[in-house]
Amino acid sequence: KIERSERERGRKMGIRFILMVNKQGQTRLAQYYEWLTLEERRALEGEIVRKCLARNDQQQCSFVEHRNYKIVYRRYASLFFMVGVDDDENELAILEFIHLLVETMDKHFGNVCELDIMFHLEKAHFMLEEMVMNGCIVETSKANILSPIQLMDKAH
Amino acid sequence: MSGMRGLSVFISDIRNCQNKEAERLRVDKELGNIRTCFKNDKGLTPYKKKKYVWKMLYIHMLGYDVDFGHMEAVSLISAPKYPEKQVGYIVTSCLLNENHDFLRLAINAVRNDIIGRNETYQCLALTLVGNIGGREFAESLAPDVQKLLISSSCRPLVRKKAALCLLRLFRKNPDVVNADGWCVLNTLLFQFIDVPFIFSSSYAYRADRMAQLLDERDLGVLTSSMSLLVSLVSNDYEGYSSCLPKCVKILERLARNQDVPQEYTYYGIPSPWLQVKTMRALQYFPTIEDPSTRRSLFEVLQRILMGTDVVKNVNKNNASHAVLFEALSLVMHLNAEKEMMSQCVALLGKFISVREPNIRYLGLENMTRMLMITDAQDIIKKHQPQIITSLKDPDISIRRRALDLLYGMCDVSNAKGIVEELLQYLSTAEFSMREELSLKAAILAEKFAPDLSWYVDVILQLIDNAGDFVSDDIWFRVVQFVTNNEDLQPYAASKVREYMDKIAIHETMVKVSAYILGEYGHLLARRPGCSARELFGILHEKLPTVSSPTIPLLLSTYAKLLMHAQPPDIELQKQIWNVFKKYESSIDVEIQQRAVEYFELSKKGAALMDVLAEMPKFPERQSSLIKKVEDVEDTADQSAIKLRAQQLPSNALVLADPQPVNGTPPPLKVPSISGIKLDHESASQTQSQPNGDLSKVQSQIPSADLLGEMVDPLAIEAPPVDMGSHQRVYREEDGIPDEVDGTAIVPIGDQANKVEPIGNITERFNALCLKDSGVLYEDPYIQIGVKAEWRGHHGRLVLFLGNKVTSPLTSVQALILPPAHLKLELSLVPDTIPPRAQVQCPLEVMNIRPSRDVAVLDFSYKFGTSMVVSAKLRLPAVLNKFLQPLQLTSEEFFPQWRSLSGPPLKLQEVVRGVRPLSLSEMENLFNSFRVTICPGLDPNPNNLVASTTFYSENTRPMLCLARIETDPADRTQLRLTVASGDSTLTFELKEFIKEQLIAIPMGSRALVPAVPVPAAPLAQPPSPAVDANDPGAMLAGLL
Repeated sequence: KIERSERERGRKMGIRFILMVNKQGQTRLAQYYEWLTLEERRALEGEIVRKCLARNDQQQCSFVEHRNYKIVYRRYASLFFMVGVDDDENELAILEFIHLLVETMDKHFGNVCELDIMFHLEKAHFMLEEMVMNGCIVETSKANILSPIQLMDKAH
Repeated sequence: MSGMRGLSVFISDIRNCQNKEAERLRVDKELGNIRTCFKNDKGLTPYKKKKYVWKMLYIHMLGYDVDFGHMEAVSLISAPKYPEKQVGYIVTSCLLNENHDFLRLAINAVRNDIIGRNETYQCLALTLVGNIGGREFAESLAPDVQKLLISSSCRPLVRKKAALCLLRLFRKNPDVVNADGWCVLNTLLFQFIDVPFIFSSSYAYRADRMAQLLDERDLGVLTSSMSLLVSLVSNDYEGYSSCLPKCVKILERLARNQDVPQEYTYYGIPSPWLQVKTMRALQYFPTIEDPSTRRSLFEVLQRILMGTDVVKNVNKNNASHAVLFEALSLVMHLNAEKEMMSQCVALLGKFISVREPNIRYLGLENMTRMLMITDAQDIIKKHQPQIITSLKDPDISIRRRALDLLYGMCDVSNAKGIVEELLQYLSTAEFSMREELSLKAAILAEKFAPDLSWYVDVILQLIDNAGDFVSDDIWFRVVQFVTNNEDLQPYAASKVREYMDKIAIHETMVKVSAYILGEYGHLLARRPGCSARELFGILHEKLPTVSSPTIPLLLSTYAKLLMHAQPPDIELQKQIWNVFKKYESSIDVEIQQRAVEYFELSKKGAALMDVLAEMPKFPERQSSLIKKVEDVEDTADQSAIKLRAQQLPSNALVLADPQPVNGTPPPLKVPSISGIKLDHESASQTQSQPNGDLSKVQSQIPSADLLGEMVDPLAIEAPPVDMGSHQRVYREEDGIPDEVDGTAIVPIGDQANKVEPIGNITERFNALCLKDSGVLYEDPYIQIGVKAEWRGHHGRLVLFLGNKVTSPLTSVQALILPPAHLKLELSLVPDTIPPRAQVQCPLEVMNIRPSRDVAVLDFSYKFGTSMVVSAKLRLPAVLNKFLQPLQLTSEEFFPQWRSLSGPPLKLQEVVRGVRPLSLSEMENLFNSFRVTICPGLDPNPNNLVASTTFYSENTRPMLCLARIETDPADRTQLRLTVASGDSTLTFELKEFIKEQLIAIPMGSRALVPAVPVPAAPLAQPPSPAVDANDPGAMLAGLL
């Protein structure tokens, strides 16, 4: 039961960051659930983007071990979604959580693309805010996630 | 962006930038723009502020420092309208962290939103606190948040956020949102919010509260609450057992009954995330005791294990396997029945060979976890070929998992296969993995070697394949094994000889080869290509290619080769002497010294044989590598090396050639090994062999601290062992300081040279107990003086170490053996005291509590080359040093005396065998140890009363009172009463005074006069009218 006791000591927090990066390595969205300095973020993003972009989708798995993180990533057209988690997080659950996020965006934007996220950064943030809090998943119902945004859109 | 044209333009501009430099220019321009607006336009509309703040966030995301405008972002939090407020909250939580000053300014605004009635505001505020709230937030907001979480009038959208917000606050400050805080919830409902927490330890109640949350129907709230539960139980599962059946119910609801609203099913699977989280929570409980809960759970788990099929849809497949892997993990944790376990292993076996890389990866990862389970290893071993295939997977993530698994599953039965695979992989592995690989291969080879020659093969291959990644301790370890195992020596020598034929070899290979050939090359003398001259030739070829730390090693090998050349080879000698001559003037001191010394030595013929004799065996010890690893995993292995170690426990101490030390020290600069004889109590004779290689070995290991374990065995020659035996001697004597007094000096040198102390050590100590300066110890070479100052419970004692002679005293060591009640700190004692010099060493003393135990100074030094003198000296940091004289008037004395009535604070004893003293002599004695006589307080002229203050950290200044009733008819007995506010102090002080009355003036115990045996049990009480058992009443009655 050694593994368990480590888990207990570490007070794991689940999701540590969510990144959206395009094929050219440009960050389109970054949400951290633990505080890193700007330098640390830049270094970390650089490293994992290099690692993930170099991988081959077909033959290779969606998990990359980096420092003390595990990166679960998924590629949609030109955009990579990367989620940094603790190494004992359920990887497939995170992988499908990425897909849930994309589906939610799809539902709002209608076939979401990189430009939607770029030019509607605030909406992407609102959605994330409804889905993840403090590194934990709060909500997985698309209707519930989108209702505050729809409320706001109506107000305009 | 709805209505924020400026922002869209800015983003387009950034997007159109051709390069990083253009982007930077555009960003700088924008930052300048925003800064000016914030500075000049105090009346910025919330809309403008909002726009600028989004730009800031965008710039921050691009990786540029935004060091202003935080205040504006925070101020939006208190904006009246939702859109501005929302931006304020989101941008603040992205830009700031919990320690940011501005965040503190927002606490009030945030709190107003939390306790306000607008639930969208509540959500924003709870999310901010949940993401970046720190201790201060925890302290001021925890009750409000808890209230929201359990409020029945709150809608789920608020409560789900409250749950995760509380989780954050709990992590930030478990005390404020104490787990016990749950108990308060109920009370809180009826109280005002500002009422501070009432702590209660009712675990059951708190757990009920958590369990109640798990009854929730709304899946959002349930998902958040489950995260909260995981956090609470990961901290401490105890008390939450009432949540167990609830978790199982939730699993049943999801996995079996599929009883969830459509919007919470994901590709037909009822919230996979909640299922996973629930099973994770269950893994924090050590076991499930309730049989019916356990049965229900296993039913669900069985359903998941059996019912998860591979389907075409990737998302569905992933989601169902996410649940399946969590179920596997839970089954393993619960140590289910054998049948279910083998089902799990079978599943994992299937997974590691599927095409889908994610499943392969997770199969390997979970199989590694499974290794912890007994009996699983054998089944896992069946999959070894498949796992080895994964070591060649195109994906490094999978290769890493395979390496971990192979490492974990390795034992004696499969070590050969696995290690050979690792070695093979090593030559193609990417750089980032090589270090880990070679370390793991080395550890496995050592741990599970079926025979040692195989181990040598592996390590040599390792050095050959990946020399850059083989740390020094790995090759040191090989040398250790070869040295300790005679059968291995010719084999190892021939093996390294083979490697030497390679054209380019790694420097580490040169090192290990040179060492082994120097020691054991002569065992190969008859083989072709292995004469001393040939060995020299082939080694010397490598010399130009190596770095300078390796050259000394080669020089030693040359010296050894020369010595071993039989018959003496004049040609070889000429060649080697030429090398030595060449390096005589090397700029590297180590090289130069060896060249010079070996050259001189090799001219001495027979003397060379002695000095360069074979290295002695190393003490059998655990490898530092393995030790590190075994701290983590405690596998019962049966490695050949371990078994060998058990069979040959004494191997290390038996010397191949235990020659006695000869009188003439070798001309090498290894002074310390020559003349010292170990103390006769030390059984070890390890060092009785002079060894010319000492300096070589030492210099070869410049980074001693890095190698830790490995260095010690290599440097065992003289001084360390010597010290070890000292320590042993001390340990034996620790418990009996009185004996130490008798033979205070323990000469470790030749018995004939025994050093006698000057003066009586006990007398010196006793004198110093009553005064603050004087001589503690003296012998013909050294004098140790003491000067002390005492203030309250602190003291400073300076030791004056004076060298009395005209040669230095070396290896000076002073060690304090402190009793438990004193804190002692001795400043650094120099290793050498120069001739006729005096060294001062301050010693800081702190008294923790009353005790009569004595600190001992364990002191030793060396005089000349052979004389080691050591002494154990009691230090005069004794109880009375922490007393402050205090004279009391009768008005002060008696109320105290009366209030301390009887044991344990007031103790009385009749003391016999007292040295006869007149009353005035006794007064002087008491005053000398700082217990002040208060004259005239006791009306009986034969009695004395005294007072003092005792200082210690525990007792603080504490008043002590004493009364001595003497019997003018018999001065050898008296009645002593001591009182203080601390029972230990009373006892210790009474005993101390007793000791002083009996022993001090006598000098030696043997001189204490025979104790008179009075017939009467007690000295006559002065007033027979008073109850003899109550001295307080007695004295009070007297006055």
